[in-house]
This record gives sequence, structure tokens and C-alpha cells, in this order.
Amino acid sequence: MTELVLEESEVRDGVDRETIETVQAMAGKYKYGWETDIEMDYAPKGLSEDIVRLISAKNSEPEWMLDWRLSAYRRWAQMKEPEWAMLHYPKIDYQNQYYYASPKSMAVKPKSLDEVDPKLLATYAKLGIPLKEQLILAGVEGAEEAGERKVAVDAVFDSVSVGTTFQKELAKAGVIFCSISEVVREHPELVKKYLGSVVPQSDNYFATLNSAVFSDGSFVYIPEGVRCPMELSTYFRINAENTGQFERTLIVADKGSYVSYLEGCTAPKRDTNQLHAAVVELVLLDDAEIKYSTVQNWYPGDENGVGGIYNFVTKRADCRGPRSKVMWTQVETGSAITWKYPSCILRGDDSQGEFYSIAIANNAQQADTGTKMVHLGKNTKSRIVSKGISAGRAQNTYRGLVSMHPKATNSRNYTQCDSLLIGDKCGAHTVPYIEVKNNSSRVEHEATTSKVDEDQLFYCRSRGMDEEEAVALVVNGFCKEVLQALPMEFAVEAQSLVAISLEGSVG
Amino acid sequence: MLLDVAKRDALAARIANLSIPTGGGWLGAARAEALARLLAMGLPGKRDEYWRYTDPSSLTTAVPPKTPLFATDNELMPFSGLDRLKLVFIDGVFDAVQSDDLALAGVEIERLGIAGRSDIHWAQSLYGVLEARGQMPVERPLSALNSAFATDGVLVRVKGNAERPISLIYHSNSENSDAILHHCVSVEEGAEITILENGPAGARFNKVIEVDLAKGARFHHISAQGRNHQCRAVTHIFARLAEGALFKSFTLTANSLLTRNEAVIELLGDDAMAHVAGAALGDRNFHHDDTVFVTHAGQRCESRQVFKNVLKNGAVGVFQGKILVKNGAQKTDGYQISQSLLLDGDSQFFAKPELEIYADDVKCSHGSTSGAIDETALFYLRSRGVPTQMAQGLLVLAFLAEAISEIDDNSISDLIRAQLEGWLV
Repeated sequence: MTELVLEESEVRDGVDRETIETVQAMAGKYKYGWETDIEMDYAPKGLSEDIVRLISAKNSEPEWMLDWRLSAYRRWAQMKEPEWAMLHYPKIDYQNQYYYASPKSMAVKPKSLDEVDPKLLATYAKLGIPLKEQLILAGVEGAEEAGERKVAVDAVFDSVSVGTTFQKELAKAGVIFCSISEVVREHPELVKKYLGSVVPQSDNYFATLNSAVFSDGSFVYIPEGVRCPMELSTYFRINAENTGQFERTLIVADKGSYVSYLEGCTAPKRDTNQLHAAVVELVLLDDAEIKYSTVQNWYPGDENGVGGIYNFVTKRADCRGPRSKVMWTQVETGSAITWKYPSCILRGDDSQGEFYSIAIANNAQQADTGTKMVHLGKNTKSRIVSKGISAGRAQNTYRGLVSMHPKATNSRNYTQCDSLLIGDKCGAHTVPYIEVKNNSSRVEHEATTSKVDEDQLFYCRSRGMDEEEAVALVVNGFCKEVLQALPMEFAVEAQSLVAISLEGSVG
Repeated sequence: MLLDVAKRDALAARIANLSIPTGGGWLGAARAEALARLLAMGLPGKRDEYWRYTDPSSLTTAVPPKTPLFATDNELMPFSGLDRLKLVFIDGVFDAVQSDDLALAGVEIERLGIAGRSDIHWAQSLYGVLEARGQMPVERPLSALNSAFATDGVLVRVKGNAERPISLIYHSNSENSDAILHHCVSVEEGAEITILENGPAGARFNKVIEVDLAKGARFHHISAQGRNHQCRAVTHIFARLAEGALFKSFTLTANSLLTRNEAVIELLGDDAMAHVAGAALGDRNFHHDDTVFVTHAGQRCESRQVFKNVLKNGAVGVFQGKILVKNGAQKTDGYQISQSLLLDGDSQFFAKPELEIYADDVKCSHGSTSGAIDETALFYLRSRGVPTQMAQGLLVLAFLAEAISEIDDNSISDLIRAQLEGWLV
């Protein structure tokens, strides 16, 4: 890219030229579209009570967990798929997929990372997520200069967690970081207390489906007063064909604790659509803080809209304690269909919720995403910054709710949603709901829709940039407020993703 | 799609007391088509997304809830000093005695019931036609019910510049009238008219106005909905704009139990302009809903939606506004603002300002705010010796100013402002 980019990047947390070059080297079409050739263990195709039992058995779960899943399954079987989103896709045949796929080598759980199938380790290494307890994530060399930054990783491959790094070091601080199947066995009391307490089984069609068939995902517990000594992350990889991924993540931040959690995801290029229905629950007690960042880069399908992931995700944070704070940051560039509304229940007095989002839809992608800020406690604050970019024939919708309950006095909300259109065949839509039930709270909502500014483009072009580069730069500027909210590793990746996702959108 | 049994029964009960006037003619055919639309849709229910914030049940019962009569001397008479052509309707029926002659230079005015008996009429291409177009993408069954069962209303064809505004004056002398009025206004190329409306039309009122604007036509609409605390109203205004046409509508709602005003506007020609504005003042048992749908199909068109609510003692304000920019409607300029001033902790405001955009070279924005009166401004006025109540009134007036300034005719906006000042300060 150009000097302009460098200048802009240098102001951010010491990202240097080398980092930028690394990112540039990443540029290309969807670069995670390859497949790992590995022997898999599948559950029979389709969904039934037997499949639910089988998934539960594969995870060696106790009876109560199986019962929980079965009650969700029975409920789901009675439910109807929601149709209110501005998304158009052929009817999903829920019986024509696999609900469990695990590498054969994982049949006997490896005791440590050294025992994990080298093929799996190689897969993550290729994705830039080496499962070694090293200082930093690969691909972000610049991060070294930021000091001793460590990131613990839980790697989920189709339906199973392959391994979790730094568990011992985290345990010293009292932090539990493991796969959800592990915690069900080892800390059932925590699971019973918190699982489904933020997103109940009955919440919505996809969350109920997830409650029945969830396979792996991550569990985090940060004890009282602990600032998690490193960033935690989960990397989700869908590899097997015709297989859905249904991970479940549960993070509990006890009183006065802090954690920053990163989430990444990719999948191979395939002509068929694959289903991904995840649930993420965050629980925040008094004064706790969670920063949850996502770079969603599932395979988006090709230029003609063939293939790609159907991404139906329910994410919700419950700020139970006073003065707790949650921040959702998401960069949504992948998936053929995105249906996702990370939300905050601001129950505790003085609690805060923030939502920063960049959603890019190119070619035939469709995204319907946004947030809900439900203000229940006094003096609660929320902030929404959403940037939607549509290109090609894509449709991008922001859908959000801000609700001030009668008791949520002296609360504040500020919402800014901006949409950018590149080309005249795409669409950008905004569907906000604003509900104010007391008068001491203040709600402000602003939204704009515009095209890429001609003057800015002309300026970049006059400096010798080609049109695609210029558009990417202008779009990066448009997204700046959100990019800056991301942890550094993600900011760099996200910036390059913005450019990659828009490839082919000009001319 | 077939209606479920409950919806079918509710609809049957609602229309049991209504009858389609006999007499055939072009109107008979239009009514039959509207009835078919209604039968396919059913009545709106509480669970319909489009009625998320307003419960339609009192609008859809077989008979209107009993409504105590309201002393007329308390009524809102904002246009009394104005030179205008008066057409009076009492509980939904035209009153020839109190009305002026249907004669206005440059304008043809006819009563719906009489004009509907002929075989051919210009209004054939308008009556129920815009209403039918307005059923997509969102159903508005109460407007189809109106087209099917309206017995009165006026058909106005404007050929030049109307010399005076037409003033539609509504009175209600009945505790249980179910008034249904349907007006059509066609403004021909380059012509201009102002339509004024005021007063409570019945215990329950269902009104549709269809407005067709030819090239360069100009239409102004100012409605003051009365101060009756007990009545209910659902109104629809459907408009279609050709090249360079101008549409302006302003609604003042001072009080009523329930009001739902829908405006459905299509900018079909290039360079057309549509402004819809409203000011609502609610006290106690007051539920006011402005629902607006503007479609941009032509290029370089401008639309504005400006709605202000002042609410106290548990009053509820609703704004559902949408701008749809179709593919090809380049250079669209769309603006939407909805604001509410909550004077106490019991009042509520709900807003759903939507944008749906399929063209890239557009400028569209919306804003929505809700909050209490600005304490600093109040303090300033008090420190200058302005009594609290008057200071509050002044701030409320200032808050409403943006909506009132949407009225082009200064003599009319001054009347509205003066009326409000009288109440507030």
C-alpha cells in the first residue's frame, strides 16, 4: 500500500513497516480456502434424539447435560425458523448435514499438545495460529515490540477442541481456560450455574438448535479480582464437508476481574453451503470487564454466490454486577449469510456496554447484523458504532435495539451507524428500534448512507494508487473508529481483511 | 395465503355493521376490489410487526368504544380567520347546510357518493389505486377497509392555481359514530392547491386521502386533529409524485386517545420533493403514532420527515419512518428526524427509523433523540425572570419549531404557532 497507510498505522500501538508488509503479503483472494486431508469420525447424517445422545456420549457427558440437550432438541423440533431478517437463502435441510465430525486421531484425547496429530498442528500453523506456547501470534511480527504479549489459544477443529495452550500458566492465576467439553466434566458446578443463564435454551431457533447439538467451544472463568495475565483466544476451523459447526462459548468474569478475548474463524472453499450456529454467553459480576473481539472470516462463497458459510450466531453479555463493562468488537467479512446481534443486558447499575462493528458484504454476500442494548439498571451507558460496507450485489443490514426501561434512570445511549455503498447493484439497510420508557435517560441515534467520496478517491488516485487500493484506503478510513477499538493483532489483520474483502468490487 | 380462523372471524365481525352502498358505477367496482384486498389481508393485530408499538384492537372492534362528547368551544380552531372554502362533515357525512358551495375557480369538487354513480370518471384511475399500491411491501388493511366502505368524501381535481385553500372541517355529535371518509385529490400539471383539515370527525375515524401530482404540481396539506381527549383515528395519505412535483404535509395532533397517521409517498418522477412533518402534544391517556413510508424511484428527488413529540403524564409517542431508495434513484437526498421531549418519567417514546437503499449515489440520513427538557436552558430563562411554566412552554415551542417551519404558507404556520403559544405559554 502507500505512505498514507503507513502513517496512519504508525500511530497505532507501535505497528511498524514490517508488520504492514507482512499484512500486504497476506493479500489475495480468500486465502484460507484450502482443506486438511485428515481421517474423520462422523456421526450419521441428520438430526434426531439419537444424534444428540451420540454427541453427548462422544463428549463423555454426565446425565444432566444430556437431559439439558434433549429438552432443547425437543423444543427446537417444535420451533419455526425465523424469517424477519433481510436475508434470502434456500431452505436449509437440517437432515442433510453432519452434526458431529472429529479427526480420528482425537478419539483418545491427547494429554498434551505434543501428542496432537502433527497434521492438525500443521493446519493451525498454516492458518497463522501455531499451537505452541510462544510469545505471540504468527503473522504479526510487529507485536514483538509491544513487549511480552502472550496469547493463549483454544483451537477448535470441526466438532472438537484440539488443544488449549498456556493452561498451566493461566491456572497459576486461577484462570480456567479450556474447552467446554472439558469443563462439563471437570467443573460441572460452574456449567450448571451459568450455561444457558444468559442465552436460555428457548431464546431463538438457532440458539435452541445449538443448545441441543453444541460440540466444542471455549470456557473461561476469571476469578475475583484477577486481571487475566494474557489475552485468550479461540480459533474455529470448519474442515469437514457437509458438517455444521455448533460451538458454545461461556465466559464468566467474577467480581473485579478483566479479560480480553479474541475469536477467529475460517473454513475451506466449497460449492455447498455449510451451517454454523454458535452461542456465546458472557457473565459479568460486579466491576468486571470483558473485551470480546471477533474477526469473522468464514468462507464467503465465490463471486457468483456459490458456496459459503451460513452463519447464525447468538451472542449476549449479561452485566449482572454494578459497574461491569463489556465491549463487543466485530469485523464481519466472511460468510455467505450472516445473522448475528451481539447484545448487552445492562442489569447492574452503572454498567456499560459497547458495540463496535465493521460488516463488509461483497459479491453475493448477505449480512443482517447489529446489536441490542437493554438498559435495566440506573446510570447505565451504551455506545454503538456500526460501519456497514456493501459492494458487488451484496445486501448489508444493520438491525439494532436500544431499550431504556422505566427503572434505568439517568442512562445514556449513543448510536452511530454509517453505511457505505460501492457500486449500484448492492444494498445498505438500517433497521433500528428505539424504546424509551423514562425521561431522565438520553438516547441519540444517527445514521448516514453514502457512497465512497469521489474527492478522496481522486486524491488517492492522483498520488499514484490504483483504484482498488484507493477504495480500500478510503474504506479503512471510514472504519477507523472501529479498527481502533480492536486489540492490535486483530487491528492489523482486520485492516488487511477490509482490503481483501473488497477485491473485485471496483470497475 | 388463507387467513386463520381467528383473523377471519375478527374481520367478519368488523365489517358486519358496514355495508357497501349499492348503485354500481365505477365506484362499485373499486369498492369490490378493495373488499377483496381486505378479505385477503385480514385486520391488523397486536402481534403484527407493523403494529409493534400501537395496539390496533380499539380500531378494529365491531363497534367503536363509547366516546363522551366534547365541548366544541374547547375545540382547536386554528384556521378560523383564514379565507377558505369550507366543507363540513358531521360524523362522516357531508353537511351541505354548513358547507360553502362546491365552487372554486380552477378546481372541480364533487362528492364521492354522487360522482361514484357514473360509468366513467377521472377519479377511477385514483380511488383505491394508490391505496392498493401502498399495500406493498407492508399491508395496511385499515386503508383497504376504508376504500371498500367509505360512503362520503370529496373528489378534487385541480387544473390551475386554486384561489383559496379547501378546508375540510370535521365535527362529531355522536358518542359512537364510526366515520369513514375517503378523499381524492388530483393536481394537474403545474397546478397548486392547499388542503386544510381540522376537528374530530367521529368517535372513531378512518380516513384516506389519495393524492396524484402531475408534472410540476404542488400540494400542501395541513391537518390539525382536534383536542378531543376521547376519540380515536387512523388516517392514511397516499401520494404519487411525477417529475418536479411538490408534496407537503403537516399534522398537528393536540390530543386524542389513539391516533395512527400513515403517509405513503412515492417519488416516481425525477426532481420531485416530498416533506412530511408532524408535531404532537400528548397529555395523559394519549397514544400517537406517525408511520411514514417514502419510496424514491426517480432521480435527484428530495424527501424530509420531521416529527416532534412532546409527552407528559404517561403519554406515548411512536415514530416508524422508512426511506426506500430503489435501484436507479441516484442523487437521492433523504432526511429523517424524530425527536421526543419527555416532560416526566412516565411518558414513553418508541422509534423505528428505517433506511433501505439500493442505489449508491445517494445521501440519506436519519436521526432520533429522546430526553428531558434541557435544564440549563430552563435555568437560564428562570434566571431572567421567566416563570417556570412559561419558560417550559417557550422551550417546547422552540423544540416544535423545526416541524412547524415545514409549512410553506407563513399565514398558516403563524396561526398554528399562535394556537400552540396560547396553550403552552
